[in-house]
Amino acid sequence: MRSPRPSSGVADLESDSRSDTDEQRRERIAPGAGASSPTATATAAAAATSAAVEPQAGLGVRLEQLRAFYGDLEAVSGIDLDFRANEVTAIIGPSGCGKSTLIRCINRMHEEIPGARAQGRVMLDDLDVYSPSVDVVAVRRAIGMVFQKPNPFPTMSIFNNVAAGLRLSSGRRGDLRPKVEAALRSAGLWDEVSERLDEPGAGLSGGQQQRLCIARSLAVDPEVILMDEPCSALDPIATLKIEELIDRLKARVTIVIVTHNMQQAARVADRTAFMLDGRLIEVGPTHEIFTRPADPRTEEYVTGKFG
Amino acid sequence: MNAGRASGDRLERFAVTPARKRRDSTARAVMLGATIIALIPLVLIVYYLLRKGLGSWSSSFFTTDPTGNTFFKSSSIGGIKSAILGTIEIVALASAMAIPVGLGVAVWLVEYGKDSRLAQAVRFFVDVLTGVPSILFGLFIYIVLIVGTGSSYAGYKGSLALALLMLPVVTRATEVILQLVPGALREAALALGAPRWRVILRVVLPTALPGMITGVLLAVARAAGETAPLLFTAAATLKTNFNLGQFMNSLPVQIYSDVTSPTTAVVNRAWGAALALVAMILLLNVIARLISRRSRLA
Amino acid sequence: MEAASISGGERRVLLRSPLARLPDQALRYGLTALAVLILALIVYFFIRLVGEAGPAFAKFGVFGFAFGNNWNVSAEHFGALPLLVGTLITSALALLIGVPVAVATAVYATELCPRRLRGPLTVLVELLAAVPSVVYGLWGIFFLAPKLQPAEQWLADRLSFIPFIGGGVVTIPNYFITGLVLAIMILPIVSAISREVMATVPSDQKEAALGLGATRWEMIRMAVLPYCRSGIVGGSMLGLGRAIGETIAVTILIGDAPQLGSHLFGQGYSLAASIANEFGEAQGLHRSALFAAGLVLFVLTLLVNGIARALVLRAARAGSAQADAGAGGGGGGGQRIAETVAGA
Repeated sequence: MRSPRPSSGVADLESDSRSDTDEQRRERIAPGAGASSPTATATAAAAATSAAVEPQAGLGVRLEQLRAFYGDLEAVSGIDLDFRANEVTAIIGPSGCGKSTLIRCINRMHEEIPGARAQGRVMLDDLDVYSPSVDVVAVRRAIGMVFQKPNPFPTMSIFNNVAAGLRLSSGRRGDLRPKVEAALRSAGLWDEVSERLDEPGAGLSGGQQQRLCIARSLAVDPEVILMDEPCSALDPIATLKIEELIDRLKARVTIVIVTHNMQQAARVADRTAFMLDGRLIEVGPTHEIFTRPADPRTEEYVTGKFG
Repeated sequence: MNAGRASGDRLERFAVTPARKRRDSTARAVMLGATIIALIPLVLIVYYLLRKGLGSWSSSFFTTDPTGNTFFKSSSIGGIKSAILGTIEIVALASAMAIPVGLGVAVWLVEYGKDSRLAQAVRFFVDVLTGVPSILFGLFIYIVLIVGTGSSYAGYKGSLALALLMLPVVTRATEVILQLVPGALREAALALGAPRWRVILRVVLPTALPGMITGVLLAVARAAGETAPLLFTAAATLKTNFNLGQFMNSLPVQIYSDVTSPTTAVVNRAWGAALALVAMILLLNVIARLISRRSRLA
Repeated sequence: MEAASISGGERRVLLRSPLARLPDQALRYGLTALAVLILALIVYFFIRLVGEAGPAFAKFGVFGFAFGNNWNVSAEHFGALPLLVGTLITSALALLIGVPVAVATAVYATELCPRRLRGPLTVLVELLAAVPSVVYGLWGIFFLAPKLQPAEQWLADRLSFIPFIGGGVVTIPNYFITGLVLAIMILPIVSAISREVMATVPSDQKEAALGLGATRWEMIRMAVLPYCRSGIVGGSMLGLGRAIGETIAVTILIGDAPQLGSHLFGQGYSLAASIANEFGEAQGLHRSALFAAGLVLFVLTLLVNGIARALVLRAARAGSAQADAGAGGGGGGGQRIAETVAGA
């Protein structure tokens, strides 16, 4: 599966021509857009359905012998795991089992913690994100992240929060608006905020803030979205909205969600992985994990005997 | 087309543009450069203080008073004995006045005043005092003790000016430390039936002691380096004296008057005196930091 | 009392004797008196200062004194404009040079430098605050000013087309060198407050930026600097207050020429320097004018410090509110900033 071309991958790509890349991105925001005026049609297409999530084939992620450390403490020990493209994979397990650490290793946020490091390989399709030639910044663009606590930038308006990631790469300011709108629609937030895009993002409710954060990561059109207990700070109704959103988004991106809530895993995930003490105990279709687990420890956990 | 090629194309759009990378590394270089620039003056000051200062140090430098001879190369200009002793005396008296009062105000703010209107006013005025230029403390003492009494300059008047300068620093620094003492500790002692004053003396103050000493020492260090408040209160003199009711010399004032001299030897004495002053202040700073490291609070 | 039904013996046990309560009362009222005394002291000082400055204000008018462009001791005419302008120019220069360097140092120390270097770096920058102002003056006049004079002359020649900045002959004591040394002097406080404010930026804000694929510098611009703006501005204002009130270093470096300097590299005067320089020999109206200069200085610093403190406190409160909102994780951001402000 490794690329035979040594120069393939994110690291070496900035030297390539960027013209067709922009075209491609525009197309993905609004497939079916006329070549003449892609932005105008993007708005129209997005306006047609409130939750415009256009299907596309995503990229899968595969962990190979992944180990993660905090100083000398090993938090994740040798995990092999496949996150299939366009599926939702839930990671469940008792607190402290390493599930958050695991997901933070996928987009290399783990290494932001002082003393933390990771070993092994994280393959985004055929690209090892830990390969020395890979740029960590590009990895985090390709693999978006939604955090436990909603964290919109408090100094920015709703619009600017969503545009924050776009502004990093695109020099042109003019066409931010359709992309922001498309991202907000995809996150199911457009109808609630379209009249007050210039108000601060911090003024929204907790659930809206979290959907704003999802819109923020969707705006840069990532291949994968990691969600680290995205609903733990939310009420049941806000949680339901996020779960519906996840269900729609998987047509477009691959989703990995860490949750401590087994019902949530059962509701949203196609496949579920169970972790214990930094090890992967079992992974399989969600239905099977919850009804016919192969490992007795999984059964004990899903039936509520511990954790 | 193999899979590698396919994903290469797809991931291409995430690549970081050279312009962004350049901006990142430029910004990092600028931050590092600014930090180095910030440290250059420190290095230069320390270097010149050592080079010029050590050159003028001799055994007689610390054991003789300045002679007041600033013009003739042939005769001796003397040392800085009266200045060192004067600084120690003036700062010691200032500390003796400012530390108890500052501490008392801080204890009152934390234990009694709390968030009352009066306490807020006191905090506000203490903050105001922190920002008052040091020369104005000199003017204040001048108005009250020299114009007011018709008497002349004296060491203790300089001490009072420095005490006013130290007061807000001591108060705010110790107040911050006292607030860190857990309320549960106070309640535990009160629940045992101890009266409030005993709780303060036996529980609150001992817990906060290391932090308070740090704050106090930093205030003393700051006062020791001040020139302006002493100019029109303690004035300057040549002779060593131990009577705080008389004119009194001090290191900063001695340096200040030597700086304006046209004679090289006198300027060199200023460097020597400056090195002595900085050494004293650094010593206080180092002790303060060592003590703060032992603090159990914060 | 309530304990009326209790027998006499038990009553004595429950009631503390007035004698036992004495220390508590004494402490309470003694300390209150002390606190009130401080308030009274400042008010008294202000009133006396106004009183002493009275004759000068009566002769020239408050406005005429503050903005009159003629400070002539022998003619007994006192208009403080040259002093005021000198104070403002040197302080503005100090901010212009000092704040960017101080903020950059704070950014480097909190976000960029290896963790092990952070502590030593902080201590070194804070050592700049331990150097007494008279030593800055000594070093500035005998080392920095002569060494920089050729460079200043070069700059003045190149900039001769800009009025006030360039053109003239560079003297060793001048506005520019004063501003430069003041910049070094305010660097530690501005840097310390910026650093403390930056430490209150919640890590989830920084992770949000990094998670979007921001480079480190983009993260700093996106999540750190906007969050710290009011704290940094407040810290800078405190630095400005310092620069305005700084006396001895300025007196040594500015050249004590009591007229408006013709250009940036020429000699001038400042409010504080005039007091330090002339007060010793001043009599009558001259002394009153110096008290008036002190009053102007007092009001100026009060204004600047008041604004600064409001800004820093707001930033501190925002910081601790965020910290409290987080999972109970160590608050104390505001506390630490308060301590920095107090200690500085």
